[in-house]
Amino acid sequence: MKLTAAAVAVVGAVLLLLSLTLLIPGDPATMLLGPRATPETVAALKAEMGLDLPLPTRLAQFLGRAATGDLGVDIFSGRPVSTMVLQALPNTILLAVSAILLAILFGLPLGTIAALKPDSIADQAIAFLSVGFVSAPSFVNSIFLLLVFALWLNWFPVLGAGTAGDPLDQLWHVVLPAVALAVGWIGYIARLLRSSLLEVLNEPYVRTMRAYGVPESVIVLKYALKPACIPTLAILGIGVGELLGGAVFAEVIFNRPGLGSLIYGAIAVRNYPVVQGGVLVVVLLFVATNFLVDLSYLWIDPRARARLALAGERSA
Amino acid sequence: MARWLLARVMNTHAGAFGLVTVVVLLIVAIAAPLVALHDPNAIAPIDRLQPPSLAHIFGTDHLGRDLYSRVVYGTRVAIGVSIVVMSISLSVGVLLGIGAAYAPRALDQLVLSIFDIINAFPSIILALALVAVLGAGLGNLILLVSVVFIPQFGRVARAQTLSIRNSLFFEAEKVLGTQPWRILLHHVLPNIIGPIFVLASMNIPVVITIEAGLSFLGVGVRPPLASWGNLLHDGYTYLDQSPWPAITSGLALMLATLGFTLLGEALRDAIDPKLRRER
Repeated sequence: MKLTAAAVAVVGAVLLLLSLTLLIPGDPATMLLGPRATPETVAALKAEMGLDLPLPTRLAQFLGRAATGDLGVDIFSGRPVSTMVLQALPNTILLAVSAILLAILFGLPLGTIAALKPDSIADQAIAFLSVGFVSAPSFVNSIFLLLVFALWLNWFPVLGAGTAGDPLDQLWHVVLPAVALAVGWIGYIARLLRSSLLEVLNEPYVRTMRAYGVPESVIVLKYALKPACIPTLAILGIGVGELLGGAVFAEVIFNRPGLGSLIYGAIAVRNYPVVQGGVLVVVLLFVATNFLVDLSYLWIDPRARARLALAGERSA
Repeated sequence: MARWLLARVMNTHAGAFGLVTVVVLLIVAIAAPLVALHDPNAIAPIDRLQPPSLAHIFGTDHLGRDLYSRVVYGTRVAIGVSIVVMSISLSVGVLLGIGAAYAPRALDQLVLSIFDIINAFPSIILALALVAVLGAGLGNLILLVSVVFIPQFGRVARAQTLSIRNSLFFEAEKVLGTQPWRILLHHVLPNIIGPIFVLASMNIPVVITIEAGLSFLGVGVRPPLASWGNLLHDGYTYLDQSPWPAITSGLALMLATLGFTLLGEALRDAIDPKLRRER
């Protein structure tokens, strides 16, 4: 069920992307050849690029080639789009994963502290901090971090992704953009975890454990935190999308090579095969992560496993 | 009703802060020519990239334009765009949602699939791809960002309509022979308006962020029109020469998103406490 929905979404997204190229005022062939091109050369290039074929044929061709990993070629440099995307992808994944790790690393403790002492000063401070974090746009964070920590304090490098083959240097370069992206998620996770942990701590089984004298730290760390993390996990799946969107800004501002800056650079010069290929990979990443998050419920939540088994028995 | 809502919102510090911020921003947006101290587009190259002073309280940008006045006019763009976008997505989304709930199953599924496809794109990437194809500019920006938000309203409207259609009072009305449009007007709409209204107010800071973001990337509002995104982009370009353009426009943007977020959450808690946990 979930898988078909995901496939429909991806095919629909591809269809949308391809139909968009039909709507463009001035097609790519004319763009590429410039205003002095004769109609014959434009027609020849159109035929070469497959732009003269009807949309269903182009869609089938594009999907067929995309399935084998061929996303077409850059209309300016002639390089395969798939190579360009594959080169950019590791940088974006490093950025996204670092941001998520940072968000969990700071968000989980903040949310837990807030839930353990509801309405205390610490809780109110964390609530204030979280809502500020959640509402701050990531590109404003990026610029402010760049200004303070790279330009004024000189603690971190200003631009780029670091020297290839030097993991430490690359890690050094990812700190500021990752923090800029993580800030919002630290706030989200802290708030969400606070409310779900508060709810779990009111469950009868927690009361029973307290009555039996199980230490509070054991109750929280061993029995309450895991079920409380489940709603947070659901948000993380959707969050990957926002993270990939935010990566565009972080990559442009910190001048990092990556999927976001690839798409952005291609849009500026109307290099549609690159835009199409790049956006397609972003959509695939987004849909795939959401699917994985749905699956991970089964692994983390025994109740979901039981529900699935029950549904299986019924349909059998 | 309005007075009750106001009391509920003002009841918490966060809600009061949000409401006051939003009211101030609305006043600034409406009365921009009165609030601004200079012409936002008056160029004075000799005064370029000045720090804050008595003449220019926020300093000046790379063309010597008064930053305070530009930030004030930027409020107009940010709030204007977000209100127009929300009105469009809300009306279209609610119509599609109610329509889908009443429509035959196949049509309902089709509408849902379209929502799924739109949701398969991270919102900023979809807006970026759409604006890139149709071109930058205020009109396209409003239209395309609206498309991004339609599914959210559509889904809520559809779910609420379906749950009302399955309720007992709906059956009773039908048995009594009430016209379908009367049921729609008197029962369906009043029941979905609360959650829809909350959703719209929660989404306004998101729209403000997307507008500023797209303008920052140069595919949104066209310069010289002062949008916070454009100001931020200019500030980023000249960051090594003067931090003031970036600092002032960035803080304005943060204040606006914070204010609207706090107000949206206060409204949500007041109107529909059930929604509290679903974020």
